[in-house]
Amino acid sequence: MSALLDHLPEFWQGLIVTLQLTAASFAGAAVMGLVVTALRVSPVPVLRGIGTAYVETLQNLPLLVLLVLAVFGLPEIGIKAGLLVTAIVVIALYEGAYIAEALRSGVNAVSAGQGEAARALGLTFGQSLRHVILPQALRTVVQPIGNIFIALTMNTSLAAAIGVVDLTATANRVNLLEAQPIPIFVGAGLAYALIAACAGFVTGRLERRLAVIR
Amino acid sequence: MIRVQGLNKWFGDHHVLRDIDLEVAQGEVVVVIGPSGSGKSTLCRCLNRLELAGSGEILIDGVPAPVEGRALARLRADVGMVFQSFNLFQHKSVLDNVMLAPMKVRGVSRTEAEKTARELLARVGIADQAGKMPAQLSGGQQQRAAIARALAMRPKVMLFDEPTSALDPEMVGEVLDVMVQLAADGMTMVVVTHEMGFARRAADRVVFMDDGQIVETAKPNAFFESPTTDRARSFLAKVLTH
Repeated sequence: MSALLDHLPEFWQGLIVTLQLTAASFAGAAVMGLVVTALRVSPVPVLRGIGTAYVETLQNLPLLVLLVLAVFGLPEIGIKAGLLVTAIVVIALYEGAYIAEALRSGVNAVSAGQGEAARALGLTFGQSLRHVILPQALRTVVQPIGNIFIALTMNTSLAAAIGVVDLTATANRVNLLEAQPIPIFVGAGLAYALIAACAGFVTGRLERRLAVIR
Repeated sequence: MIRVQGLNKWFGDHHVLRDIDLEVAQGEVVVVIGPSGSGKSTLCRCLNRLELAGSGEILIDGVPAPVEGRALARLRADVGMVFQSFNLFQHKSVLDNVMLAPMKVRGVSRTEAEKTARELLARVGIADQAGKMPAQLSGGQQQRAAIARALAMRPKVMLFDEPTSALDPEMVGEVLDVMVQLAADGMTMVVVTHEMGFARRAADRVVFMDDGQIVETAKPNAFFESPTTDRARSFLAKVLTH
C-alpha cells in the first residue's frame, strides 16, 4: 500500500493526463464519427467511398502501430507536435472510425420514411441529417457509444508506449522504483475502472432521458 | 400544374410504369385508383422525385423537375406529400413537426411558424394535441398532423400516397373529411387511394391504373357508372360488391 500512498502526487498527475487524453480524444472522435457517418450515408458515391475507406483503414490497423507510426512518421514529413497532442489526435482518428460505425447503425435504424418525409418537405440532405435523422439515430446508439468511450479510456494507456506519462506510464515508473507491481497496478486498474463506471452511469441516465416514445 | 410525359420506371427488370402521360390542372383533384402493384404509388412518388423515373418528363408549374440537389429541394418545398405511414418525426412534438420545415427551408421566424402551425392544427381539428409526441396520438390524428405539416409549407400541389390505408376503419373518415375540405378550398391534389367514396365525392377526375399503365381517365360519375374498359369493370366489380 505504501508504494501507492508515497507516490500519490505522481499518480494524481498521471490520472489527470489520462483524463485529458480521454476527454480530448473522445471529443475529436465524436466529431470525426459524425463527419464520417455523414460521408457514408451521403448520396454522392465518391464521398461514400471516402467514408468507407476511412473506416476500413483505421479499424484494420492496431492502435499501437498507428501511435508509433505517427510519433516517428510525422516529424519525417515536417509535422512537429508534442507527444500528448500526437496521442490525442491518433486516438481520436482511430476511435472516430468506431463511433462512425455505431452512428451508422443508428442511422440505419431510423426508418426510411423519416428521411423521405424530411426530403419531401424540401429539407436538403444536410438538413434532413441534422434535424431529423441524426437526433433519432443518436438516441438509439447511446449505449454502444458509451462502450466505445470505455474502450477509448482503456486504449489511452497505449499512449504510455510512446512516452506520454499517463496513469499507466506512472504506474510503470513507480513500479521501477518500488518493485511492488501488485498494489501499484491494482491501484491504477481501480482508477480506470472508476472512469469506466462513471461512463456507464452517465450512459444509463442519458439513455433513459433521451428515449423516444415510439 | 403538373404535366407528366412518357414516364417510364423500372425496378430492375420489372417495368412498373409504362409511358405514363398525365396532366393535372390548377385546383384540380385527381384520384388515382387501381389494384395493388399497379404502379400508382410509384407514380405518386415519382412526382416529387422520391423515386427517380427511368425516362420521361415531369413538369411542375411549367418547370422541369430537377433531378437532385438544392433545386430539387426547392421543388419539393412547393409539393406537399402525405404518406401512408404518416412519417411524423418521432423525436419532435406535433407542433415542432409542423414548424420545422417552414423555419429551416423558408426561413420563417419561430413566432410566425408557431402561429401558422397552430392555425393549421386547428384547421385539421387537433389544436389540443400540439404539445404531444406523435406516438401519443391515434393514427387518424397523426395523419391529420402530417397533412398540417405538409400544408405549413404552403404547397402548390399536395400528393397523397394512400393516406388512409394504415388507419383503423373508424379513423378513415376524419382524415378524408380534412382532405375533402382541402379539395373544396381549391387545393391541387393528386390522391392515390382505395377509398372509392372519396373518389366519388371529391375527385374532379379519376385515373385508373393497372399493370403500370393508365388504363382509363374519366369524371368520377362516368367512371363508376359506366367504365369503358374491361379491366376497370372487373376492378370495380371486385371493390364495389362489398
